[in-house]
Amino acid sequence: MSYIPGQPVTAVQRVEIHKLRQGENLILGFSIGGGIDQDPSQNPFSEDKTDKGIYVTRVSEGGPAEIAGLQIGDKIMQVNGWDMTMVTHDQARKRLTKRSEEVVRLLVTRQSLQKAVQQSMLS
Amino acid sequence: MDTESTYSGYSYYSSHSKKSHRQGSLLFFRERTRERHKSPRNKDGRGSEKSVTIQPPTGEPLLGNDSTRTEEVQDDNWGETTTAITGTSEHSISQEDIARISKDMEDSVGLDCKRYLGLTVASFLGLLVFLTPIAFILLPPILWRDELEPCGTICEGLFISMAFKLLILLIGTWALFFRKRRADMPRVFVFRALLLVLIFLFVVSYWLFYGVRILDSRDRNYQGIVQYAVSLVDALLFIHYLAIVLLELRQLQPMFTLQVVRSTDGESRFYSLGHLSIQRAALVVLENYYKDFTIYNPNLLTASKFRAAKHMAGLKVYNVDGPSNNATGQSRAMIAAAARRRDSSHNELYYEEAEHERRVKKRKARLVVAVEEAFIHIQRLQAEEQQKAPGEVMDPREAAQAIFPSMARALQKYLRITRQQNYHSMESILQHLAFCITNGMTPKAFLERYLSAGPTLQYDKDRWLSTQWRLVSDEAVTNGLRDGIVFVLKCLDFSLVVNVKKIPFIILSEEFIDPKSHKFVLRLQSETSV
Repeated sequence: MSYIPGQPVTAVQRVEIHKLRQGENLILGFSIGGGIDQDPSQNPFSEDKTDKGIYVTRVSEGGPAEIAGLQIGDKIMQVNGWDMTMVTHDQARKRLTKRSEEVVRLLVTRQSLQKAVQQSMLS
Repeated sequence: MDTESTYSGYSYYSSHSKKSHRQGSLLFFRERTRERHKSPRNKDGRGSEKSVTIQPPTGEPLLGNDSTRTEEVQDDNWGETTTAITGTSEHSISQEDIARISKDMEDSVGLDCKRYLGLTVASFLGLLVFLTPIAFILLPPILWRDELEPCGTICEGLFISMAFKLLILLIGTWALFFRKRRADMPRVFVFRALLLVLIFLFVVSYWLFYGVRILDSRDRNYQGIVQYAVSLVDALLFIHYLAIVLLELRQLQPMFTLQVVRSTDGESRFYSLGHLSIQRAALVVLENYYKDFTIYNPNLLTASKFRAAKHMAGLKVYNVDGPSNNATGQSRAMIAAAARRRDSSHNELYYEEAEHERRVKKRKARLVVAVEEAFIHIQRLQAEEQQKAPGEVMDPREAAQAIFPSMARALQKYLRITRQQNYHSMESILQHLAFCITNGMTPKAFLERYLSAGPTLQYDKDRWLSTQWRLVSDEAVTNGLRDGIVFVLKCLDFSLVVNVKKIPFIILSEEFIDPKSHKFVLRLQSETSV
């Protein structure tokens, strides 16, 4: 998302998701795509087609993620403090679905946020 | 049949105004009536034509009366009326034939002396060269035998080696030089002439030396004389090697590509050649022309001129500004007006061609079916069965004549519509049919010769219309080939334009790819729901 190397990404949002228990599993209600072992050029949400980060590809209706304010197309950069910009797809999945955690705090960024920040900086 | 065309009504105007008379006067009228009845296409269309009474045109035929008389006897309708063998064949003399015959007559005398002069000079020189070493070793014993030193085994060994070398030289010369001339070239063949001069000088210088040093002074050392003769034979073998390299080997490596385009229909081919002179390259092109290019058919070319003439016709230039003879201005005005003029000739062309295609395909379908049905009746008789039915056994020619009438009409119609009827006479078709039956070919194999135009060699020699050629070139024809040379080979009716291009210098380098380095990964885009 307009990533300039060496500069911190400023347009970020923190999202706190409380996992929902469904039978045996704890679900969060969204789907992820991307990872360093995946093909970044097929990612429809990324601005930069070489970006191998983890993106939210689908948010299920009424799920915990939607309630918490996660939107489709968001890039997840941290999960509970763990970095998600340089992980494989499977590692990302594991970090999100730890059975011991009931709450996950995500650091996400999205393009609309970026634009809003830029506009406010200009004006 | 050069003005016969099956395009639309324009053919009527043009052939009518040309006053050309051919044997196909019958044919000409038939084509016209067929073109007029375009829509009601019934199978008995030819029946209506039979009721037309034809008078041959009253203009004088070009070649005298005997040929026209024989023509009226022969019925061009052999497809429909033949049940018995009549053995006629088509003779059609057109204007081109007249010109060709007259030209043939004037070219055949007088120029053969040039051909034979070269031959006699070369053979005389060859004989002289061959007999020289023998003379060298025979003359001393004849002239001054008593004074010669005896020379034992060494001389005999030298005699044997000289005999074998002479034999090898003889065989080599026979193989290389005594071949039938395949062409008549306009200019002398430079390399051959150079070699003859070289040999001549060489032999003369040897004789000179021999005459002065040996004959005059009556040298006694016979071994030396024999060695001298052997050295002559060695040198002759080396000259023979030089001849092989110059005449045969040098042109083998391809250096140039020649593009040959026929001027009438644009058919083109490419040939690769080495270093040759222009006249030899022309010879190679012509030898390949007869087997690669389809036969030149003048009947296929007449339509475009009519279209173009009609496009420009009807435009007249009037000068309203007073008398000024500006010819270029007038012609430019005409061209501009013709270009701006909105005519629909492209439309007509498109629909004509579509209609023609359709008709050709229909006739082809009928032809294929007729031939297949005809071929079913023929069966090869096995050897054992030959004694059983002696009455009906036929040889291939009779078998061909038996099944020919059933397919003759369809074949003739197809040849007419593809305008090939001049190139296949009934006799040639029967021969081909007998040939196919003998060799057990399928109907499709028999038909292939008629469905597509073949190379010139496939047809009868009098249909070729291309046997005398003239070479037109800016440079001397004995110069070697170079990139960018264009020369033209002209025949009576058309010409072949030859463009020489150099084969580019190829830079080839090597790249090594380790076979173990072929590794692959899967690139996915998976989506996991959490």
